[in-house]
Amino acid sequence: MLKINDLNIFYGAIHAVRNVSLEIQQGDIVTLIGANGAGKSSVIRSIMGLVKINSGEIIYTPKNGKPVNISNMPVENRVKSGIALSPEGRRILPQLTVEENLKLGAYIRNDVSGILSDIDYVYTLFPRLKERRKQKGSTLSGGEQQMLALGRALMSRPDLLMLDEPSLGLAPILVDEVFEIIREINSQGKTILLVEQNAWAALKIAKRAYVLETGSINISGTGQELLNDPKIRAAYLGG
Amino acid sequence: MTLNIFVQHFVNALSLGSLYGLISIGYTMVYGILRLINFAHGDIFMLGAYFVFFATIVYKLNWILGVIIAIAATTICGLLVDRIAYRPLRQAPRISALISAIGVSFFIENFAVVVFTGMPRPVVQPKILMKPIILPNKVRLIPLGILVPVVAFILVAALLWLLYKTKPGLAMRAISFDIETTRMLGVDVNKIIALAFGLGSALAAVAGILWALRYPRVEPFMGMTPGIKAFIAAVFGGIGSIPGAMIGGIILGFVEIMSVAFFPNLSGYKDAFAFFLLIVILLFKPTGILGSKIEDKI
Repeated sequence: MLKINDLNIFYGAIHAVRNVSLEIQQGDIVTLIGANGAGKSSVIRSIMGLVKINSGEIIYTPKNGKPVNISNMPVENRVKSGIALSPEGRRILPQLTVEENLKLGAYIRNDVSGILSDIDYVYTLFPRLKERRKQKGSTLSGGEQQMLALGRALMSRPDLLMLDEPSLGLAPILVDEVFEIIREINSQGKTILLVEQNAWAALKIAKRAYVLETGSINISGTGQELLNDPKIRAAYLGG
Repeated sequence: MTLNIFVQHFVNALSLGSLYGLISIGYTMVYGILRLINFAHGDIFMLGAYFVFFATIVYKLNWILGVIIAIAATTICGLLVDRIAYRPLRQAPRISALISAIGVSFFIENFAVVVFTGMPRPVVQPKILMKPIILPNKVRLIPLGILVPVVAFILVAALLWLLYKTKPGLAMRAISFDIETTRMLGVDVNKIIALAFGLGSALAAVAGILWALRYPRVEPFMGMTPGIKAFIAAVFGGIGSIPGAMIGGIILGFVEIMSVAFFPNLSGYKDAFAFFLLIVILLFKPTGILGSKIEDKI
């Protein structure tokens, strides 16, 4: 579904992403783990088109479509072809209501009744959001904002859902809930690229995992393999 | 002061204030989205006045057609300013766009001097707008004085409807909080920014047309003072807020007209009141009347 070949990203003189290649198969949960500043967000943001890449290619195969190099595609066209991102820090629009945030997530769509039924679907996933539908985004708690960010990313009906640090700053009980929901969304047919610092939780649900260290991928494997890898255990899982 | 005179001052203040309000909406929308003070906005207003002058007086089109053409042409100019002078600088530091705005303003003014000549030209007012209506108690009103605030309020209501009830309006509100997030949700940000410039320019065109009717002449620098005052009105009302811009404009209109009405010997300071108001608001409530402190991005 998505294939990245030899991706390089520079911010000025800083070489943030070095020759990264990775592949995501349709229907999988793939995770990208690594320390803070390893370049995880840069990779995910370049797939969305929010950062310029310096070299390499990003090949995306839409559902029932042909592979396309999307490296230079405008962001809105990437959204239209089925890629969505729930960004790091949630980035809820604070002055818009919960419902307006969701409607904005469906901006590329014009099927009014479909949008409304998808809003209902998000409300069944996250009943708390329904209670707060008319409240401004800024009034939500951190956990509710994360749910809203997830729901909003679902509103464009993406095939590839990318989640950047969905568990960051959440209470442990909410972390479990978020990962449970990610698994549920995946079981309903969405491919997921998950960027996480919480390596243990991410590896547990991931089909395939890549470890990013100072901009390069040095280790990859199935989630289970990495969970059992002593080096990974020492570096990311607390021994 | 007789009732008649007071009512005339009141209507004058309301219509001058609505004109400031219409212009200040353009400042406030662009500032709300790009944090850019569009210094060329007053000159866009001037172009609106010139276009209607040419359409109706030089080319003798009827007023309705002339007004439509003037609004369309002014809107196109506003869109071109964004496309040529601001859009290439979207990623540049904010100060670059600001300097570009000052440059565009000088350019439009001097281009207007070259094309239209610097000579002020009289505008012939349609008689129907000037024929006084006599109300009870010998109160006399000219239709133009009523037309201006009515048009302004209808346009503001329409704009608020667009912002709060339509999809592009939702995107525009979203962009003013967080451009990047709005972009990653699939909104073509440049289109929405262009829409803001287009709407602001169309409102400035309407203000320019009404201004040309009210003070019946046009000249290339006519946009400078109303432009600065409308910017002050936007700050006063709370920059970024559309109702605030309108309220700020109307308050400024009342301050200017009423202070001269009640204290005629202050008339020489008429243009200074706006700046006085600006200093006061910046000292005591820098966010303006309706402006709220921008909440920290979460």
